[in-house]
Amino acid sequence: MMKKLDRSTVGFWTVAILFVVLVQVLISTGILSNFWSTLLKLGAVMAIVSLGLNLIYGFNGQFSLGQFGFYAIGAYASADVTYRWVQLHTANGLVVLTMAVTLVGLALLLFSNLLGRIRGLDTLSSFGLYLIGVIAAAYAAIKLSQPLIAPVTNLLASMPENVALNVVFFIAVLISGILAAEISYLFGLPVLTLGSDYFGIATLGFTIIVKVLLDNSDTIMGFEEMKGARGMVGIPKVTTWIWVAVALLIVIAIVRNLLHSSHGRALISVREDEIAAKAMGIDVAQQKIFTFVLGSLFAGIAGALYAHINGFLHPNTFNFIKAFDPMIVVVFGGLGGVTGNVFAAFAWALILEGFLRIWLPQGFETWRFVVYPILLLLMMLLRPSGIFGSFEVPFIKRALPPLPASLTGESTNAQNGAKGG
Amino acid sequence: MAESSKSSSNEIVLDVAALCKNFGGLSAVKDFDLTINKGELAGLIGPNGAGKTTAFNLITGIYAPTSGNITFRGDSLTGLSPFEITKLGIARTFQNIRLFPSLTVLDNVRIAYHAHAGYGLMDAFLHTPKYQVKEKELTERAQEFLAVFNLHTRQGEIAKNLPYGEQRRLEIARALAANPYLLLLDEPAAGMNPNEIASLMDLIHFIRDRFDLTILLIEHQMRVVMGICEHITVMDFGEVIAHGNPDEIQNNQRVVEAYLGRGSAELVKKLSKERTNVA
Repeated sequence: MMKKLDRSTVGFWTVAILFVVLVQVLISTGILSNFWSTLLKLGAVMAIVSLGLNLIYGFNGQFSLGQFGFYAIGAYASADVTYRWVQLHTANGLVVLTMAVTLVGLALLLFSNLLGRIRGLDTLSSFGLYLIGVIAAAYAAIKLSQPLIAPVTNLLASMPENVALNVVFFIAVLISGILAAEISYLFGLPVLTLGSDYFGIATLGFTIIVKVLLDNSDTIMGFEEMKGARGMVGIPKVTTWIWVAVALLIVIAIVRNLLHSSHGRALISVREDEIAAKAMGIDVAQQKIFTFVLGSLFAGIAGALYAHINGFLHPNTFNFIKAFDPMIVVVFGGLGGVTGNVFAAFAWALILEGFLRIWLPQGFETWRFVVYPILLLLMMLLRPSGIFGSFEVPFIKRALPPLPASLTGESTNAQNGAKGG
Repeated sequence: MAESSKSSSNEIVLDVAALCKNFGGLSAVKDFDLTINKGELAGLIGPNGAGKTTAFNLITGIYAPTSGNITFRGDSLTGLSPFEITKLGIARTFQNIRLFPSLTVLDNVRIAYHAHAGYGLMDAFLHTPKYQVKEKELTERAQEFLAVFNLHTRQGEIAKNLPYGEQRRLEIARALAANPYLLLLDEPAAGMNPNEIASLMDLIHFIRDRFDLTILLIEHQMRVVMGICEHITVMDFGEVIAHGNPDEIQNNQRVVEAYLGRGSAELVKKLSKERTNVA
């Protein structure tokens, strides 16, 4: 992997790391106020969510409004884990969720292997079987993890406070992402068989369900610390600029590497023409599920990072109107474009919450929700392909491989024979 | 019948038996039988709406048959998804070209290689050395393949920007890249001018010999079918009405009726008798 580093790769990482360090220095020296550093963090988080959505919508062609549902799941799941550690001094959230995510993951793998061998099983029956498996695995996880809680709590308590908190936070981010991915797999199984528009409506329904469940999280679901529609407070504010920037860079690298591979081409072919993709031997259903799960994993991770920026979560942050935000960012930056997507996410955070607040005269701050739609409208009229259009930085651009030396010379006999005109 | 016209080995590649497909009350394909031997260039013809494309879609798994059996080299295709059938070795083109329109010519072909890419998801995420090697191999294979079709100089072109004839050629190239044993061509000459048709016919002969293929094609243009097919099956109203070599088909009463209407067969017979009398 490190053998041949071309200039675009070196250039990209140099610029990216310099930018991250520069921002960190500005934050540390106090030049960037808390207000602006929070906005930069929000921009990076939005970049991760919208890159996930871009994979699903921009590259795989599935119109999804469910991204914020998975974002909310990631946010609340990780917040619950860290809340229990900081406020209740117990690692039970961490242990139970890690165990649940592992066992459910294993159950899903086992079931997909077993059910894959049965021909002609209809979607809903297989979904029902999956559901039974998942519920059994989750129940087993809760039972099995009980004896582990005390030792893990003691182990973490023996570490310095700050280290322990960051360890808990790091694991919470990972498992919340995986939790969102697993839920998306379950949800995607029946729903991804729908055509694109119907899929959009179904995912919108998912976002609404998640929001309603969160509104009643303290009553129906029994998580009292989430405080339902009153909003969850007391979450440790551990998300630093470095955390989100590193997460964003990893996500960009993964997306870029995927798109440059045969798997990336396979998932793009589904957007281009499903029937032709099938006729080329591509398992369209599998590609759709895979992309949906990967996109939701990113959403879950972003949600977990978001929860620890302000230390406060409210179900209204995840209502269905907000669910359009990542969609707007994706379209704004250009469908199926990574550079434009990341840029648009930062622009969205900085302009909507930052500059517009400063530029608009005092007392008129709420007018930014008038200016912002007008900007969107103008944008769609003037540049429907997104601010960056099809522009990509060289690192991300899918470069055309040069022809091998044997083909650059004269044409061979075969083609002359093959082609008359 | 026309078995004598085929000299190569007698392995049966595709065997379709009593295939039926009903759409509601309409039976689009009824008791369809077809046997194709290895190396054959077979044709499937019939008037508009005869059920030819439906038969193709049944063979490639896009539709599930109502009843009947399809056997490909000894394996039953019933219940398999289209992508599994492609992996077994049946590739096809479409009546209205279905390329991946906004991807490059090279990527169109590389997608067909996905099943044989030879590296997993983790290799793709991390760009491991295995990825580097396999991806380079795959790309070069695709480029050499494009060269066979004289499309390599256009590898970077977006597929939808190609002229019509080249789009057809690319579609055939892409189908062949999936490494098939049996190639199904659905009206390859549709919308082509006589020059393009001539070069298409050359191309079909060329790919059969070069890639050791068995080909089944649907076609409307008699010139193409009679010119290149060794064995022709004629369909009308979802049923097979005739089998045979081009000569037999041209003189078949039911075929002439299907194309020209009832009563025309006597006319044709009379005309041809008069012609022989004169000669």
